[in-house]
Amino acid sequence: MSLAPYLLRRLGGLLLVLLVTSFIVFGLLYLAPGSPLAFILGPRGGTPEQIAAVTEQYHLDDPFLLRYVAWLGDLLRGDLGYSIVYRQDVSALISSRVGTTLALVSMAAIIIALVGIAAGTFAALRGGWGDQLTSTLAAVGLSTPSFVVGVALISVFAVGLGWFPTFGSGTGGVDTLYHLVLPAVALSVASAAYLARITRAAVLEEGGREHVQTATARGLAPGHIVRHHVLRNSLIPIVTVLGLTIATLIAGAVVVENVFALDGLGSLLVRAILQRDFAVVQAVILVLVVAFVVVNAIVDVLYTFIDPRITLGSRQ
Amino acid sequence: MTTPSTMSLAVARVRDRRRATGFARRTADRLGVVGCIAATILLVIALAAAFAPLVAPYDPDYPDLLASLSGPSPAHLLGTDALGRDILSRLIWGSRITLAGPGLVIVIATVVGTLLALLAAWRGGRTDTAVAWVLDILFAVPGIVFALIAVAIWGPSLATVVGGLAIAYVPYVARVVRGASLRERRMPYVSAAWLQGQSGTGITFTQILPNVQPIVVAQAVSSLGFAVIELAAVSFLGLGVQPPTADLGLMVKSGFDSVLRGHPAEAIAAGTLIVLIVWCVTVIGDRLTSSARSMR
Repeated sequence: MSLAPYLLRRLGGLLLVLLVTSFIVFGLLYLAPGSPLAFILGPRGGTPEQIAAVTEQYHLDDPFLLRYVAWLGDLLRGDLGYSIVYRQDVSALISSRVGTTLALVSMAAIIIALVGIAAGTFAALRGGWGDQLTSTLAAVGLSTPSFVVGVALISVFAVGLGWFPTFGSGTGGVDTLYHLVLPAVALSVASAAYLARITRAAVLEEGGREHVQTATARGLAPGHIVRHHVLRNSLIPIVTVLGLTIATLIAGAVVVENVFALDGLGSLLVRAILQRDFAVVQAVILVLVVAFVVVNAIVDVLYTFIDPRITLGSRQ
Repeated sequence: MTTPSTMSLAVARVRDRRRATGFARRTADRLGVVGCIAATILLVIALAAAFAPLVAPYDPDYPDLLASLSGPSPAHLLGTDALGRDILSRLIWGSRITLAGPGLVIVIATVVGTLLALLAAWRGGRTDTAVAWVLDILFAVPGIVFALIAVAIWGPSLATVVGGLAIAYVPYVARVVRGASLRERRMPYVSAAWLQGQSGTGITFTQILPNVQPIVVAQAVSSLGFAVIELAAVSFLGLGVQPPTADLGLMVKSGFDSVLRGHPAEAIAAGTLIVLIVWCVTVIGDRLTSSARSMR
């Protein structure tokens, strides 16, 4: 299959999944106990104006399927609804917070890539006690929830040593990056451990291949062999896992942001759930799911570019 | 006339015992040394949790406000929390929910996922396509988001979170089991059973299911580790188990407030126990997975 039809088909599949998930997120309101109107306004009740506003926003006077189409139309125009608690447009709330989450996830991704690949390669090449130590640390890292790491980091580096701030996301720029160091580490521990495992296995497998033996027999420098023959070929599983990991970080950020009281999408979501601010809950969940699906799709496509041996569109 | 029956009873009992040691031996072989250690630790924690009323030195909810935030002492081996409750007793009681909640999640997900996978594998064609499609959609939502959605609709409680997470784990079980059952379905013994006139349901449950069972169990145990982490995380966020119930995720949360005041005992104890539980489960899951693979 050539490239253009393949990409088109992938895009079609992606749009279909997005359509279905958006319908599910839309339908959440109707899974809730009681009438949609009562659920959105909650125990606060509502003035006639509020009732009219909610009815208009959710198109409650229309038939069910028309409501979905109208809601989707609003969505595509960037109208995500109106927050009852913040008395603000949800799109404004989200756009002011998405930066923190994005910075947190990117920083964690960089840490995961650096630490995971370095530790895995070290374990595979060093062998012996180095391998034992790295594998044991990786097993413990994989078993540690991000919020436990977060609490431990705050306890040691913020409260104990005072090297880092305890809470908040700073005043922007370098200060924000400084505030994000501990959260990013907390978010990355489990994934870095997992990537280290994958890297170790990939490097070990690649190191035993014949082309590596040939390179060794030809007398190439060991460093050159590791960089150009072993690591290069191990990249395929590593990049795949790294990509899929970044997608899961989007959900993991929800927990970490709440530990460190960062003003990102995750803390917005949890507060909105507790305050029963349904428009915000719906919008943030939609953003998280769309980001998750899109990142996964991008990884899938990139994967076929990295390894020319994979035929386009083959399902395996 | 009684002699033969008691004889056969005795024989049956001997055979039973032999099977028991055989089972123990086989399990030990599959787990390896580290796996056996992990299984033993997990068993001790589970037994302590199950017999919490007998094992725990104090009532987990009894607040001794005069002794609040006291360090480890002979009276309170791990010290007390901000309300003066005995941390060790709360750990023992908290392990109940931390083990039972995720256990329930995995049981539900495994039963539903396995049934879906077996159905898809046996029927094939359109049913298979439909099931694969539903699984793809479920995969599009990250696990913890299912739990958050459930809480947003039905309010924070253990039952809601368990329900949400159970749905989240269905596709992981179903994907693995579907692949394995499709492989079994093409085996000659399945055609043989079909030729003997066994029904589709019969073949699925008496032939295919026993053969994919090691994979089902391995996948269930591996998922359990993640479920423990996610359920504890949701409780930590204040959206799962509600205070004053003792739960390890909640204890890290309340211990976190004490950490900021310089008393890390509760957070350290609860965090360590969670890591220990997940480590044991993950090790056992890894061993079961590799032994299930090597049976192929």
